[in-house]
Amino acid sequence: MEQINLLLTSLPDGILLGFVYGLAAMGLTLIWGVMNVINLAHGPIIALGMFSTFFVYTRLGMNPYAGVIPIAVLGLLAGILIYAVAVHRVINAPHLSSLLATFSVNMIIIGLGTAALTTSPYNVDFSAGSITLGSTTLLGSRLIAALVTMSFTGGLYLFLYRTSPGKFIRAVANNRAAAELMGIPSTRILALSFGLGTMLAAVSGALIATFFPFSILSGGGYEIKSFVIGVLGGLGNPIGALFGGLILGILEGAIPAFLESSWVPVIEFGLFVLILLVRPSGLFGAKK
Amino acid sequence: MKPWHRFRGLILPVLAVAALALWPVITGKPANRESAFTILKAIALASSLNILLGYTGYVSFGHIVFYGFGGYVGIFLLTEHGWSLWESLLAGGIASGLLAFLLGSAILRLRGAYFALATIGINEAMRAFINNFELFGGPTGITLNFSAYKAYGGAAQALQTSFYVGAGLALLALVLSYFVRVSKFGLGLLAIRENEDAAEVMGIVAPWSKTWAYVLSAIIPGMIGVLFFFKNGNVEPHDAFPLHSSIELLVMVMLGGQGTVFGPILGAFAYQGMRGYLVTSPIFKDIQLSVSGALLLMIVLFIPAGAVGWLRHRIPPLRRVLA
Repeated sequence: MEQINLLLTSLPDGILLGFVYGLAAMGLTLIWGVMNVINLAHGPIIALGMFSTFFVYTRLGMNPYAGVIPIAVLGLLAGILIYAVAVHRVINAPHLSSLLATFSVNMIIIGLGTAALTTSPYNVDFSAGSITLGSTTLLGSRLIAALVTMSFTGGLYLFLYRTSPGKFIRAVANNRAAAELMGIPSTRILALSFGLGTMLAAVSGALIATFFPFSILSGGGYEIKSFVIGVLGGLGNPIGALFGGLILGILEGAIPAFLESSWVPVIEFGLFVLILLVRPSGLFGAKK
Repeated sequence: MKPWHRFRGLILPVLAVAALALWPVITGKPANRESAFTILKAIALASSLNILLGYTGYVSFGHIVFYGFGGYVGIFLLTEHGWSLWESLLAGGIASGLLAFLLGSAILRLRGAYFALATIGINEAMRAFINNFELFGGPTGITLNFSAYKAYGGAAQALQTSFYVGAGLALLALVLSYFVRVSKFGLGLLAIRENEDAAEVMGIVAPWSKTWAYVLSAIIPGMIGVLFFFKNGNVEPHDAFPLHSSIELLVMVMLGGQGTVFGPILGAFAYQGMRGYLVTSPIFKDIQLSVSGALLLMIVLFIPAGAVGWLRHRIPPLRRVLA
């Protein structure tokens, strides 16, 4: 009975958190799907998203959700810049090159971030109320975050399937050479895809900042979670990433009811390696 | 070809390790011994990683897992079962080799970025598991009793011994790396790196070769782990599985030149030297990570073959001595 109660309090929380994990992973998996690059600068971008919310709320004194759209635009631009500087030259090189190139971007951002913001924790002291259903309390900030995630997912879906740049992205993901022969400007499309990927990372960071304290190093944990989710949902499958995020959220909500919470990462990463081994295309299929 | 010509590629690596081992003796400063040890450790780890990364072309992002796991096993046997340092070193190496064998049989089927992701997952899973594993002390780890050093002539003498053992392990890693490089087995690995499917068609048993490359690249990190934590006096999950050290090793191998014997030595020297300079320099102190990142980016973008690869390409006579 005690476990059921625990489950009722922690599971809804986990699920709502899972949406935001899914959003971060969607960015990672989109980039992988389009250009077969694992973006190791994902974590620092998430952290920058967190600090943007801090800036909007604490310095400008505005509602933290007012910052979501400007943060998304900045994330998009940052991604295009990273693509142009670090990724474009190694896009056809072996994996090691693109992994190390994005990792060096990670080091640059973390280094500058540490110098400017230190590594001590920051906090966005914002409350959006809460809703109580029986013994379960849902935090308003997590509900809003889940809603924002769903609207970004819907937007991404519409963009990819209903607009012509979206169609171009899918064409480049499917077969870059053939897409170029059809007259699609592949370099611009790759830059745009990378930008969209970092945009989603920045937005997820902006949302996470309303839940937990954070520092410039906090993004790393979410980056690794994004790998796990990306593999769960199928690398290169953005919609699968949302489901992967929910699965991870459910695990994080459910495991503490039965085991010490320090076992959560053991199970998460064990599952991750297991999925890679038995079904590397993920539970919902890899890129389509 | 004179018989010794076969070993020409070993001359520079041996000289480099000998110079590092003698440096603290000549200058007579204990502080130099510490910096020399750091470089020797980096050389041993980077050369081991190079067998997998440089020769076989598989990117392991979590290679440090073997260092941590071997270190834990060795220190556990040393403190709880009273094994000597030598036995523990061997046990640590064998434990890491076994782990690599088991993991390798499973995850080496994955290619490219999937393999890289799996190695990250294994490192994190192992760290999280050891954190919960009471036999290995859980989150607090294992602390060496000070009296453990008595058998080696007291703490000061034990540190001195550890230093020479470290030099020996670095040398062992380089000799291993060299013999893999010139052997038929190594040729098979290079073929896998270039094109795995074509290599299999040519008769190379890729799963077997890859697994053994993985095992060979894991043994010395395991031994180095035991030695380092013996010298350190304790081992805890946070120190044993630092993901960023795995990446530092990748950077060293890339800097020096992947797939060469001398490359990891040069990379280890350059990286540790640069880091030492940046951390202490008044201008770069705060942004040392960014400066390293920018340098790494330059290398990846413009000199992907690394320093040794570049030299071999530009100055052909050097190919004789720079293996």
